[in-house]
Amino acid sequence: MTLEDLYREVIMDHYRRPRNRGALADANVVMEGVNPLCGDEIKLWLSIDDAGLITGAAFDGHGCSISQSSASIMTAAVVGKPLADAHAVIAGFRSMMLEGETPDEALLGDGVALEGVRKFPVRIKCAVLSWNTLQLGLDEHATAGGQRVELHHSES
Amino acid sequence: MAVPTSTAAGLDAAAIRADFPVLAEQVHERPLVYLDNAATSQKPRAVIDALHTYYETYNANIHRGLHALSERATAEYEAARARVASFINAAHPHEVIFTRGTTEAINLVARGWGDENVSEGDEILLTEMEHHSNLVPWQMLAKRRGAQLRYIPMDVEGRIDLEAYARMFGPRTRLVAVTHMSNVLGTITPAAEIVEIAHTHHVPVLLDAAQSIPHLPVDVQALGADFVAFSGHKMLGPTGIGVLYGRESLLDAMEPLFGGGSMIRVVELHQSTWTGLPEKLEGGTPNIAGAIGLGAAVDYLDRVGMPNITAHEHALTEYALNLLGDLEGVCVFGPPDATDRGGVISFYVGDVHPHDVGTLLDADGIAVRAGHHCAQPLMRKLGVAATARASLYLYNTEYEVDCLAEGITRAKSFFA
Repeated sequence: MTLEDLYREVIMDHYRRPRNRGALADANVVMEGVNPLCGDEIKLWLSIDDAGLITGAAFDGHGCSISQSSASIMTAAVVGKPLADAHAVIAGFRSMMLEGETPDEALLGDGVALEGVRKFPVRIKCAVLSWNTLQLGLDEHATAGGQRVELHHSES
Repeated sequence: MAVPTSTAAGLDAAAIRADFPVLAEQVHERPLVYLDNAATSQKPRAVIDALHTYYETYNANIHRGLHALSERATAEYEAARARVASFINAAHPHEVIFTRGTTEAINLVARGWGDENVSEGDEILLTEMEHHSNLVPWQMLAKRRGAQLRYIPMDVEGRIDLEAYARMFGPRTRLVAVTHMSNVLGTITPAAEIVEIAHTHHVPVLLDAAQSIPHLPVDVQALGADFVAFSGHKMLGPTGIGVLYGRESLLDAMEPLFGGGSMIRVVELHQSTWTGLPEKLEGGTPNIAGAIGLGAAVDYLDRVGMPNITAHEHALTEYALNLLGDLEGVCVFGPPDATDRGGVISFYVGDVHPHDVGTLLDADGIAVRAGHHCAQPLMRKLGVAATARASLYLYNTEYEVDCLAEGITRAKSFFA
């Protein structure tokens, strides 16, 4: 176990220069995820068009480097993708983080950099917070029939 | 790899460290620097041996066997109670009730005393810096009984406004429940004054002494406190054992939290009567080994001498506050100097999240706590979601504080 497993260069890059940070004005899915145990907070915005394409994804929040870089990586991984692909990315990321499946770099992009977090079990929840929140937001969007969705998620 | 030892006070740090086997451990191939004592302390060999000896040579249940082992176990268990009573200068050993820890001790008061003495519209005075274990039981009691919780004004350093406190008393004030030392800020509260003011209004005081009794000489009679709760594992003892000290008359009038074995006098099919103190409040087979281990811990603390421990930690806290205060971008919470302050040092490192600080220090073998420290209302008052916290004890050294400062500097540049 080395610090480099956790703080990979890609992760530190997303932490220092977050992608897609800041509110998305025309979002139709707005999500908030918190981890009450450590105080990490993530706000997510998605714009999903009528054809089911994610035309915009953004985040804001505060918390440790892992939670914030993971959110940055995630927004970059799903923006421009059809919903079905976004579901596949989330599923791939969660199976890597939670079940130890070998990640598919073509699918996850920079998300594979977070694999090393598995060696720091207490930090896994930091990495998956935004992804769990996004999954719940997409589920809510699917049942809302085109209505704007606002969701608050708290990790247990 | 030996860790150099040095100490400003008269403690022989090298000799003390040799008594704690875990301090020789390596963490990530680095010598362990254990600075998480406010969470739990390490155990000297004397405590570990006491547990071994009990289990290996006289393991038996207490207060019921007519055989030799049970008699010895009973004698050792009660001797531990007497040692703890003398350690805090309780008037009687039976004023020491063994519990699982501070949390159970406070819940025992909230149920056993609170349900009997707190009614709708009554008020309980607390502070915003209470650990959740001295907050949630009172919220639960307030909900059950329709009572109100009121908060004694204090500043962000944890200094209580005694004049404002004195004005809070009214005909409905039933209890004051305050920490004796903040587990986040390190602030030592003026317990004797708090008690004195409450007593002029005939209101009892519960002190959460989980952080103070391991580090300061505490005389419960001199303080005048009515209830004092503390945990064994923060004072060199095992986990799963703690103490509720209570004034005899208050404990006598309390209802038990647990009905069951050993707390009864006569059990009939539809009713029972309780036995006397302390057994009335210790239903079920207690943590016998834990109590015996706590007795050994108290003996160890007595041998080193609590005034020496306090002096050592005071000097080390001053050293740490100076060192950390000089680090650019490091913000230390709590009183800025070591006056009325214990060795619990919460800090923030620039923009680096406390969890990242904790992970980076861990990679250097340095154990600190990062999080909300079970004090979410205080975190809100401080305007942070979490802090990193280093907490000192008798075996810590200036060298280890140097390691901490170097680790913080490395963490800062790692995230720069």
